Amino acid sequence: MDLKDLYHEIIVDHNRRPRNFRRIENPTRVSEGYNPLCGDKLKLYVVIEDGIIQDVAFEGSGCAISMASASLLTERLKGKPAAEAEDLFGQMHDLLTGKGEGADTEKLGKLAALEGVKEYPSRVKCATLSWHTLHAALHGEDIATTE
Amino acid sequence: MNTAANKLKALSLDVAALRRDFPILHQTVGDKPLCYLDNAATSQKPRAVIEAVERYYRQDNANIHRGVHTLAERATAAYESARERIAGFLNAAHNEEVVFLRGTTEAINLVAQSWARPRLQPGDEVLITELEHHSNIVPWQLVCEQTGATLRAVEVNEAGELDLDSFEAAIARRPRLFAVGHVSNALGTINPLSHLIQRAHAHGVPVLVDGAQATPHLAVDVQALGCDFYAFSGHKMYGPTGIGALWARRELLEEMPPWQGGGEMIKMVSIDRSIWNDVPHKFEAGTPNIAGAIGLAAAADYIESVGIEAIAAREDELLSHATEALNDLGGIRIIGTSEKKAAVVSFVVEGVHPHDLGTILDSEGVAIRAGHHCAMPLMEKLGLVATARASMAFYNTKEEIDTLATALQKAKNILG
Repeated sequence: MDLKDLYHEIIVDHNRRPRNFRRIENPTRVSEGYNPLCGDKLKLYVVIEDGIIQDVAFEGSGCAISMASASLLTERLKGKPAAEAEDLFGQMHDLLTGKGEGADTEKLGKLAALEGVKEYPSRVKCATLSWHTLHAALHGEDIATTE
Repeated sequence: MNTAANKLKALSLDVAALRRDFPILHQTVGDKPLCYLDNAATSQKPRAVIEAVERYYRQDNANIHRGVHTLAERATAAYESARERIAGFLNAAHNEEVVFLRGTTEAINLVAQSWARPRLQPGDEVLITELEHHSNIVPWQLVCEQTGATLRAVEVNEAGELDLDSFEAAIARRPRLFAVGHVSNALGTINPLSHLIQRAHAHGVPVLVDGAQATPHLAVDVQALGCDFYAFSGHKMYGPTGIGALWARRELLEEMPPWQGGGEMIKMVSIDRSIWNDVPHKFEAGTPNIAGAIGLAAAADYIESVGIEAIAAREDELLSHATEALNDLGGIRIIGTSEKKAAVVSFVVEGVHPHDLGTILDSEGVAIRAGHHCAMPLMEKLGLVATARASMAFYNTKEEIDTLATALQKAKNILG
């Protein structure tokens, strides 16, 4: 295990300068994610129009892994069809929990930088939090937890 | 004790020899020597404790208080002499004032359910403090919910000390009970217990002390303190997990109804009624953790052989060294700056989340705790989500603290 695999430069960058870190005033979907183990908390705002994610942003606090994961999520999904988000949720879940044979790291692009967490079982939930929150938002649920 | 005398006591410890008593310390994590700085979560076990438990299972294992065979007699004698040992460790007036339980949490729940629940009525108050561990909050929430009583908390100030004005105001309302930690697990604050107990008693309020963090660090004398209940765990004081004790004044225990029913806690059972056993057996339903009690007694012996004052003096030195080393790094804020502290340093590093610190430090062999330390109300009060916490025991070295500092610098370089 090498720390560089966990704290990949993309992750360090997104932790220092999280993208889309803001509140959206009139989201069509919003959900809160909470990791009771760490106290990581985030709120994800989504604007979906005609099946397209027009805008997505988040607020909250957490470790570098959870912040970078949320930041990368928003960057990736803006402008994409909502249906693609669901597919990505499944792929990310496989990647982060180490059931990664199905995950196409080339297709995942920058998101693949999060793959290092699979070697750190206590940190997997940090990376999956924003994805669970997205999943909850898309299904009209108010709260997601990693438990 | 003056500082010069303290220094002398700390110097008298042969730390290298003491470290050899703890087999677990001599290992590498990854390829780095283990630096175990998570002693407030649980302490490591000396060979004397491990061997006492092993010896019991190898030679004496039998159920207690019933059998008439030799092993049963040996096991019973060992268990009851462990009780006597713990009574001595706390300077209890009577051996039967010591109830063996799973730990501090179970001890507090026992008092909440058996002593407080029958007494509490709507409008009554139970007083705790904002410094408490969840184990000294939630049992009181449960019993307040059951009885309609109200839970209040003494405030803490920015240094992580109890606000004594807030305490005076709250105790003057004459709550039915004041439950307070001796030493804060999250910040290390040592509370002015004698003063608090004296003031509570002046208002006729009984006091329960959560001593989980105190027994490994301070001499505890329940008679001198004058408290009414004292709860602690074995595993924080170099003993096994799953064993701890409640000390309570005999007359309080005698008044309390049993909490759990079963074998051992009765004198006579018929279908329509039973007669309870005497204290403390009334509160020890079922086969107890016999090996654990024996291990706990061995831990008390071990602490006494090293000397609790020498341990405290040594840990004070380590605390000063850690405080200096962290302040020297810069960009680190120490949370909890009470003048009287156990060897606990809670801190936040600018730009680095405590959980990232935990992972990066682990890659250097350094074990610390990161999170809310089971004290979420305290974290909220201090405006923090989490802290990193290094907690030292007498067997830690200044070199290990320097390794912590180097590892913190690495974390800052990676993420800061």
